[in-house]
Amino acid sequence: MYKLLLCQRYLRTRYIALASIISVTLGVATMIVVNSVMAGFSTQMKERIHGILADVVCESVNLDGHPNPEELMARIRAVAGDNIEAMSPTVEVYGMLSFKYLGQWITRPIQLIGIDPESKAQVGTLVDNLENYQEVRDDDGKFVRAAARKRGEVPNWELIDEHMEYRRRRAEQQRIFDDTMMDSAHEVPLEEPAVNPHNPPPEEEAEINPAKTAKALQVLQAGAEQTVTAELPKPEVAAEAVTDAAHHDELVQGAEAGVNPFDQPGVPVTEAPVVAADPAALNPARVYLGAGLFRFPYKDADGKVRMVNMVLPGDDVTISTVNAGRPPKAVHFPATVVDVFKSGMSEYDSNLVFMNLAQLQEYRVMVDPSTGERSITTIQIRLKDFSKSKEVVEQLRAAFPPGHFTVRTWEQKQGPLLAAVSVETAILNVLLFLIIAVAGFGILAIFFMIVVEKTRDIGILKALGAHASGVMAIFLSYGLGLGIVGAGAGVVLGLLFVWRINDIEALLTKVTGIEVFDERIYYFPSIPTHVDVSMVIWVAVGAVFIAVLASILPARRASMLHPVQALRYE
Amino acid sequence: MPTSPHVAAVAVEKSYRKGEHKIPVLRGVDIQVHRSEFVSIVGASGSGKSTLMHLLGLLDVPDVGEVTLGGQRIDDLPTRSRDELRNRVFGFIFQFYHLLPELNLLENVLSPLMIRYSTWQYWKHRREMQDKAKHLIERVGLSHRLTHKPRELSGGEMQRAAIARALISDPEILLADEPTGNLDARTGREILDVLKQLNEQNDLTIIMVTHDERIAQQADRVVRLDEGRLEAFRDLELAGPHSGESLRLGEKLRVG
Repeated sequence: MYKLLLCQRYLRTRYIALASIISVTLGVATMIVVNSVMAGFSTQMKERIHGILADVVCESVNLDGHPNPEELMARIRAVAGDNIEAMSPTVEVYGMLSFKYLGQWITRPIQLIGIDPESKAQVGTLVDNLENYQEVRDDDGKFVRAAARKRGEVPNWELIDEHMEYRRRRAEQQRIFDDTMMDSAHEVPLEEPAVNPHNPPPEEEAEINPAKTAKALQVLQAGAEQTVTAELPKPEVAAEAVTDAAHHDELVQGAEAGVNPFDQPGVPVTEAPVVAADPAALNPARVYLGAGLFRFPYKDADGKVRMVNMVLPGDDVTISTVNAGRPPKAVHFPATVVDVFKSGMSEYDSNLVFMNLAQLQEYRVMVDPSTGERSITTIQIRLKDFSKSKEVVEQLRAAFPPGHFTVRTWEQKQGPLLAAVSVETAILNVLLFLIIAVAGFGILAIFFMIVVEKTRDIGILKALGAHASGVMAIFLSYGLGLGIVGAGAGVVLGLLFVWRINDIEALLTKVTGIEVFDERIYYFPSIPTHVDVSMVIWVAVGAVFIAVLASILPARRASMLHPVQALRYE
Repeated sequence: MPTSPHVAAVAVEKSYRKGEHKIPVLRGVDIQVHRSEFVSIVGASGSGKSTLMHLLGLLDVPDVGEVTLGGQRIDDLPTRSRDELRNRVFGFIFQFYHLLPELNLLENVLSPLMIRYSTWQYWKHRREMQDKAKHLIERVGLSHRLTHKPRELSGGEMQRAAIARALISDPEILLADEPTGNLDARTGREILDVLKQLNEQNDLTIIMVTHDERIAQQADRVVRLDEGRLEAFRDLELAGPHSGESLRLGEKLRVG
């Protein structure tokens, strides 16, 4: 009884010990905050990867693909039908993306994925990653307009009205500009227009062709103002519009005339006449372009960071890839950008280009001319319950003969990345736990001090018949009490911090003037957090354990004190 | 009338180490204290009187010799048993009171019982124990100070609280180490009166260590220590405690 009473009194009267426990409190709070934010990030990241990759992916080893997806899907259903929610056949192939920006061709390596948007949306989170389904906000985060497409809408390959309007205007500009340029080609080189549409030198323009130039400028300026809300250097955009449109027109004309320099024999150009009818008509190939492929942050003269788009939905790009012929040949085709894919995972955003599956199959010659049978390379599978994934993978591996398909869960596919994240978290935890361990040494020192201070009282207790173990218990439970108080306060502090982390971030940003959490860098509108209850419990228990551990030595010393010497101690 | 001594030390020797030197404190001391006897041990500073008391009260163990309680050797008992005896059989009073500063008067008085019983047992019987403690506190005249902390009490009050604490476990033997040493003469006398009263009314065996001859003379018997040896029994022939002779002797000495 005396142990508890004394322990409680010591807790209440020795404030120096509470000071030592503050380090435990801060350590615990830090661990909880860091773990919650890390877990928030990694959960979000996993969700994103998961959404892009689907639960289980059944990939053909052969880049040329595998014919008859219906038969394959029927086989999968037969083996693991009970667990399967949805399936989507896709064609995945490497390729290259080219577009013209500021008069220069830019070519980037891509992973080209032919999808059927309807079934793809069922196996993953496609809709969440397409910009037409998101609210539009300007660079300062101000609301501009609501999402163009509603969540329930199945993604398709059509341009939304706004982008269609932009495309029409571009075609019109191009036509006028071409006329102008053709008239004055001898004076103004096409590739380097001396025109500064933002602040045009009128005299020079007037010399060229007053009437037409004026009209062209009008259109150009209108286009620049209306279409590129997110685009920074307006002059550049306009210039780009000119050159880019010129290129597209070239492509389109080429396709029309059957002399498209990118065209290869064997690539069907059946849609070409349609293009010829309307310069603003869309290409048969439509793509969702990964945001990282054409968008970059740019710091303007005021030091404000803005996003610059090298391509906008409604523009055309050129895609190159290999066909499935024998031997494989390169194929090139123009494609219209209908939407932007942005998942927040830069690895995907700067790599993936989604394309209409049927068109990709045709360009890649994956359609059997005699039977009309189409080949696919991958089947993405969504399970009813992801915890069954291992089981399903085993079943599918057994069902498909080895060497033709690799069956993996998204986690297995992303193994190294996920492993890296968990190693990172583990190392961080070890380091942070060292903070608490350091706090443990503080407790040790202060406890020794308290034992020395209490030497006489220990002598009294022993004289009154207290056992050594009882005296030890006083100091151990004192350590336990301090640990519980410290860890408890730490848990409360940490959880409060996590709860209000975005307010704290806003405050820090306001006070320091530096944006602590730039959503453009992290692709998160606010700091994601995920509080794992078991993590909180472990951290708290660990801290209490350290406090008790640190009090063992002083407690032992107290219990070993000789009563007579302790009583004499002044 | 008990024939065997209540508590006794037989040829005990004790020395302390100070660095490399061994300082003998007790060099073979025999002492027998009978039941209900009030014995005072006197001697100059460093004569070993406190050490002897500590040995008798099991706060320390002799290097040589033995300590017996009711004829049984107790100094070689395991630590736990000795702790137990200290709690149940011996009551201690110290020169500097040695109350626990974090506890109030009532809690201080109750502390031996808190030590004796487990939390559960203590909680179950706390009412009776508190009543007993309050009764004892009343007896030493401190009822108005129940919830005061030791630092709020005067020296005399603290010593009376210490006496109440020593009595709460119904000890057989009260060991007082300079109980009046830190008090003024009048308060010291009051404390001594309390002890004498306890000795006479409760038949408590009291062993008191003091350097004050006048205080010592209040006891039934005075034992003098000099340089670790027993110098003299003033009343070697005493048949037992409370004999008229011993009292008379005491009177005589005081007068003389």
